[in-house]
Amino acid sequence: MIADSPLLQVEQLKTYYPIKKGVFSRTVGHVKAVDDITLSIHKGETLGLVGESGCGKSSFGRSIVRLENPFEGRILFENEDITYRKQKELREVRTRLQIIFQDPYASLNPRQRVADILAEPYIAHNLATGSQVQARVNRLLDMVGLPQAYKNRYPHEFSGGQRQRIGIARAISFEPKLIVCDEPVSALDVSIQAQILNLLSDLQQELNLTYLFIAHGIGAVKYISTRVAVMYLGKIVEIGDKDELFRSPRHPYTQILLQAYPKPDPTLRADKRIVIQGDVPSPANPPSGCRFHTRCPYAQELCRVEEPVLDEQPHAVACHFPLAQ
Amino acid sequence: MLNYFIIKLAPGNPVDMFIDPNTPKEVLELRKEILGLNDPVILQYFKWLLNLLQGQLGYSFSSYAPVTKIIGERIGPTLLLASAALIFGMLIAIPVGILSAVKQNTKFDYIMTGLSFIGTSIPQFFLGLGLIYVFAVQLKWFPTGGMITLGGAGGFWDRLTHMILPVFVLGIVIAGKKVRYVRASMLDVMNMDYLRTANSKGLHPFIVTNKHALRNALLPIITVVGMEIPLLLGGSILIEQIFQWPGIGQLTIQSILSRDYPILMGLNLVAALIVLTTNLLTDLLYAAADPRIKYT
Amino acid sequence: MALSPYELDEGSMSAVIPAESVKPETEDAFLKQLFTRFIRHKLAVAGLVITVLLILVALLAPWIAPNDPKEVTGVFSAPPSAEHWLGTDQVGRDVLSRLIYATQISLIVGFVTVALYVTVGTLIGIVSAYFGGWLDMLIMRITDMFMAFPFLMVILVVISILGSNMTTIILVLALFSWPSVARLVRGSVLSIKQLDYINAGVALGLSTPRILFRHIFPNAVGPIIVNATFGIASAIMSEAGLSFLGMGVQPPTASWGNMLTDAQSLTVLTDQPWLWVPPGAMILLTVLAINFVGDGLRDALDTRQ
Repeated sequence: MIADSPLLQVEQLKTYYPIKKGVFSRTVGHVKAVDDITLSIHKGETLGLVGESGCGKSSFGRSIVRLENPFEGRILFENEDITYRKQKELREVRTRLQIIFQDPYASLNPRQRVADILAEPYIAHNLATGSQVQARVNRLLDMVGLPQAYKNRYPHEFSGGQRQRIGIARAISFEPKLIVCDEPVSALDVSIQAQILNLLSDLQQELNLTYLFIAHGIGAVKYISTRVAVMYLGKIVEIGDKDELFRSPRHPYTQILLQAYPKPDPTLRADKRIVIQGDVPSPANPPSGCRFHTRCPYAQELCRVEEPVLDEQPHAVACHFPLAQ
Repeated sequence: MLNYFIIKLAPGNPVDMFIDPNTPKEVLELRKEILGLNDPVILQYFKWLLNLLQGQLGYSFSSYAPVTKIIGERIGPTLLLASAALIFGMLIAIPVGILSAVKQNTKFDYIMTGLSFIGTSIPQFFLGLGLIYVFAVQLKWFPTGGMITLGGAGGFWDRLTHMILPVFVLGIVIAGKKVRYVRASMLDVMNMDYLRTANSKGLHPFIVTNKHALRNALLPIITVVGMEIPLLLGGSILIEQIFQWPGIGQLTIQSILSRDYPILMGLNLVAALIVLTTNLLTDLLYAAADPRIKYT
Repeated sequence: MALSPYELDEGSMSAVIPAESVKPETEDAFLKQLFTRFIRHKLAVAGLVITVLLILVALLAPWIAPNDPKEVTGVFSAPPSAEHWLGTDQVGRDVLSRLIYATQISLIVGFVTVALYVTVGTLIGIVSAYFGGWLDMLIMRITDMFMAFPFLMVILVVISILGSNMTTIILVLALFSWPSVARLVRGSVLSIKQLDYINAGVALGLSTPRILFRHIFPNAVGPIIVNATFGIASAIMSEAGLSFLGMGVQPPTASWGNMLTDAQSLTVLTDQPWLWVPPGAMILLTVLAINFVGDGLRDALDTRQ
């Protein structure tokens, strides 16, 4: 039973940010960044999580590594409930659960040399001393494809792609089980993106890693994922095996997202394009019923009133009128 | 409130200061009793607060005149001096700061930046003394101090000649500081895209500077001017002392020397009120000038 | 123009993995860059030279001053002469010697005051920003309260009560100066706290003190240094002002401020300029020099340029 249980189980997770107003900072409402998400991530897989900017995918990723405090729900990591633990009690868990950030310029301390950035995890957790630390740092640099000679440089001396390699090296320093990749390639040039994605899949093989790969573009997700989840306004609208989801999307939103992704072969382009209407509604005050109904080309009366739930199938969808398989 | 306790807990009291050491102890105690100095500090504070609510600030220990009356007489001259200096300072700072920014890295800019540094670095009392020496003692253009010629006919011109030197000293220091703010603020705005747009539309540089840049550059300056008020009140203490200007600054020094606590309490209250009022005014002005800010 | 870290050319990188070009500098690039930027600022360099000279004068005062600053030499209010280069004061003390010894007072007040309140202000600012909540609210209201008072007026009152000597002046100036540092530090800590390298530190399970002092503080230190430099100048100026009013350093100890006090009398002002022009000029020179250094530092630390 234990052997079969997923690496990470998220149950009805809600991460809300209070909106404060006035002299006494009264809470007048909540931005529902993550609103009732349930999903599991299994050992060895890469779950891609896509959605527009502001849909809450980063908040979800940060909640899992407990950089945000969840409002409600449960996060089980290797069967341990880490949802409401204090930072101090999370220290050990953090050696098994890591994150890679989007902006390689903001994610490295400009006043630390590369060697110090990479040595810090070992020193702070008393995992190695002296020459051992140096050996580990050298090994990390090798693993992410950076010359050891770069050790004594500061982050600003590197390019975006090289910085992201440093960020990755830091995340794998503990050889964690799960890494949340929070849009790790979105800030990079296209040519560099491919290198970083290759590096991530190589490391996954080598270290037996599991990824939650967050992105707003379809391309990277399609390349690296084994399973894909689509998020809209704090909720998962569709989740399933990558190939199946890309071949026959069941949610209108997924369909539109996939169509928006330019295909290299012009003959494959859809003749009829469904254009998405309007702006993303505010997550502080989401629409009633199905949250997508304000922009959905197929919306009907029912969609306005009743909120659809994610069905129980392996390729699950939350829609009253899912597209034909 | 903080002030009240600091002052009250001080060793020494006015009765002790002004007495002849030969006065019998009983007389002394009686005087203290009359002035309410034997009550516990807390009780004294609440008495003072209660009186405050009724508009009473008590009586001076040295002259026995009501505090409100004494401060009332002195506040006018200080407000006159301070506001004249603020206006004078900003009248220098705004144009010079704008020109410095527009002509960035020219000789004019360097000279003005240098002068502004000297303006902020020169001690007010030294500048004041120097000006008195040159313009009042040597050239005899202005009087050495006071607000009006004693026994003279008075009048507007008389007052103006007395004001010029102190206003100049106080204003120069303000100008020195503000020139750099105006310049920096103007430079920030000038790098904005909407100014590039205005320039590329072929608008006359004068219009670009005055209509497009200035309005946006002045916004942060409003706040900065507001922040200047407490410093201005502090500065007026030194200036009033040097120029024997009969304002609250001079009164502060006199009251400290004579340990006249009711007056000091009143002065601090007035000063705090002035600062709070100007803070409020600054906020309101800012809201009026910036269409993005709304008070709901 | 020096290249800011954010302007590195991303486009020149080819598809070959580790061969991306890297700037040649290696050792302490940050300090080096700071230094080159600072020395381009000529006035700042001049200011630094003058400041160093003043520190030397203060340290070497017993050896370079011709007389004991408190010694009465016999001639009263004598104009400058070969024996007394800057004349003597009304009590007959050598003005030059007093001027030299007063450098000690000014610099001690300047540096000690700033060291004191910058340390306190920084700690309070960091604590306020990092822990937030009611503690932050409370600290910010306290700073508001301190900052709403007219600085000099309150200081005068407090000093008149506590008695005026150098220690009181230092303590009182520090007491009323820490709030601005605390607010400054709080502001920069709040903005740094949101950056991902702090999140990365949290995600790595680093301890709070380690994050505060290894990651946040080093990145907030620039504005603090600039503020401290200007603070030294302003503390020196405040001491001079207080001493001038007779509320500061008391004679016979020499301070530039109290040397100017006598000039309030018209006879001194008119007939004995050697008594008041030199100390005034020294205050101006010192404050100006330190302000130039501060300005140079600010420009050097400003990555926007």
